[in-house]
Amino acid sequence: MVKEAAMTVSQAPREQELLARFEATIRRNDRIEPRDWMPEGYRKTLIRQIAQHAHSEIIGMQPEGNWITRAPSLRRKAILLAKVQDEAGHGLYLYSACETLGVSRGELVELLLAGRQKYSSIFNYPTLTYADVGTIGWLVDGAAICNQVPLCRTSYGPYGRAMIRICKEESFHQRQGYELLMTMMRGTDEQRAMVQESVNRFWWPALMMFGPPDDKSPNSARSMAWGIKRNSNDELRQRFVDMTVPQAEALGVTLPDPELRWNEERGSYDFGEPDWAEFAAVIRGEGPCNAQRLAHRRRAHEEGAWVREAAMAFARKRAAAAEESAV
Amino acid sequence: MSDVGMSEWPLYEVFVRGKRGLNHVHVGSLHAADDEMAIRHARDVYTRRNEGVSIWVVRSDAITASSPDEKDPLFAPSGDKVYRHPTFYEIPDNVPHM
Repeated sequence: MVKEAAMTVSQAPREQELLARFEATIRRNDRIEPRDWMPEGYRKTLIRQIAQHAHSEIIGMQPEGNWITRAPSLRRKAILLAKVQDEAGHGLYLYSACETLGVSRGELVELLLAGRQKYSSIFNYPTLTYADVGTIGWLVDGAAICNQVPLCRTSYGPYGRAMIRICKEESFHQRQGYELLMTMMRGTDEQRAMVQESVNRFWWPALMMFGPPDDKSPNSARSMAWGIKRNSNDELRQRFVDMTVPQAEALGVTLPDPELRWNEERGSYDFGEPDWAEFAAVIRGEGPCNAQRLAHRRRAHEEGAWVREAAMAFARKRAAAAEESAV
Repeated sequence: MSDVGMSEWPLYEVFVRGKRGLNHVHVGSLHAADDEMAIRHARDVYTRRNEGVSIWVVRSDAITASSPDEKDPLFAPSGDKVYRHPTFYEIPDNVPHM
C-alpha cells in the first residue's frame, strides 16, 4: 500500500457525504480508484469477484498445461506454451488489481488453497483429448471474452484496466483454438469425430460459465447498481450463443442442443436450459476434477516455497552487504 | 496470516515506456524479492508482446501519494486561477497566429 502524505485534515466528512460522493461518481460513469472511500460491501464484492477471476486464470493453466508436452508439433507446443503463460500473466494482473483493495496476494492464495474462495467451474472438467485444447480456446475463451469485454468498463479502475489488457490477449487464445479445430476438421473422419465429441462435452459447461439464470442470481442487481457488472448473466449467455452458432456452422460441428433454433421474432437463437443441478454440484466441489485441481495447486505452492524463501534470504543478504560496504 | 506477510516478496509498482518519445506509464504491480527480479518479472508479466522499450520498477512503499479526496485542499489553488488558461484572454478575430 502506498502511504499517504500528512495533509491538513479538514474535519472528517460524515459517512453519508462520502456515500453520496461515491454514488455520484458511479452515476457519472467515472471510475472509483484504489484509495477512494467506498462502501464496505463494494470492496468485499470486488475482492471476491477479482480474486475468483484471478484464481480461475491460475487454475485454468492446468487443463491445457496437460497437453503441452503432447501437442503434435513444435508450432502447436509453442502456441500452447504462450497461451498458458498468458493465463499466468492474467492471474497476476488480477491479483495486482485485487491488492489495491487492501488484501495481499498471499492471503488470496491461502484462501484459494483452503477452498474458501472459488474459481470458475469450467476448469473442473477434464481435457480428455487434444481436441479439447481447441475447444477450450474457441468456446471457453470465447465465453470468457463475452464476460470480460463489458468488464473493461467496470466501475473499479484497476479492475477495468486489467480487463483491457486481458481482453487484448484473449483474442489470440480464441483464434488459435478455432484454427486448431478447423485444421482437425480438414483431417480424417476420426479427427472430425474427435472435435465433435469434444464440443459435445464442453458446450453446456461453457454456457454455465455465465453463472446462474438472472432470477437465481441474488447479488447481480447490486453489482449492476454499483457498475461492477454491466450486463446480466442471461444477456451475456444469449450474446454468446448468438455469436457462436454461425462459428459452429462454419466449422461444421453440431452444437448438442436439440432446442437450439433461430427465433425470427427475437432476432436471436432460442436454446435449451443448462443442467443447473450439475452446475451446483461442480460449485460444491463435486465436479470431475475439483479435488485434482486444488491438490495440484497446493503441491505446486508447497514445492515452490523453498524457492520463494531462498530468493528472499538472498535479497536480504545482498541488501545487508550493500549497506555494510556503503558505511 | 502474519507469517504470510513476513515471507511474501515485497510489492513493486511497474512503469513501462511504450516507445521512444513517450513517458513511462504505470501499468500495474508485482511481487519480487529484489529490484533486479522485479525488472525480470515486469518483463514477463507486462511486456510479452513488445509493449515496452524501457521499464522502471519501484517499491510500492517508497511512493508517497496525495490524498485521494478530490475535494482535497491540495488542488484548490489551481481551481480559481482561470487567468492561467489562454481562453481567459479575449483577442479580436482579425489578429492572426494567436
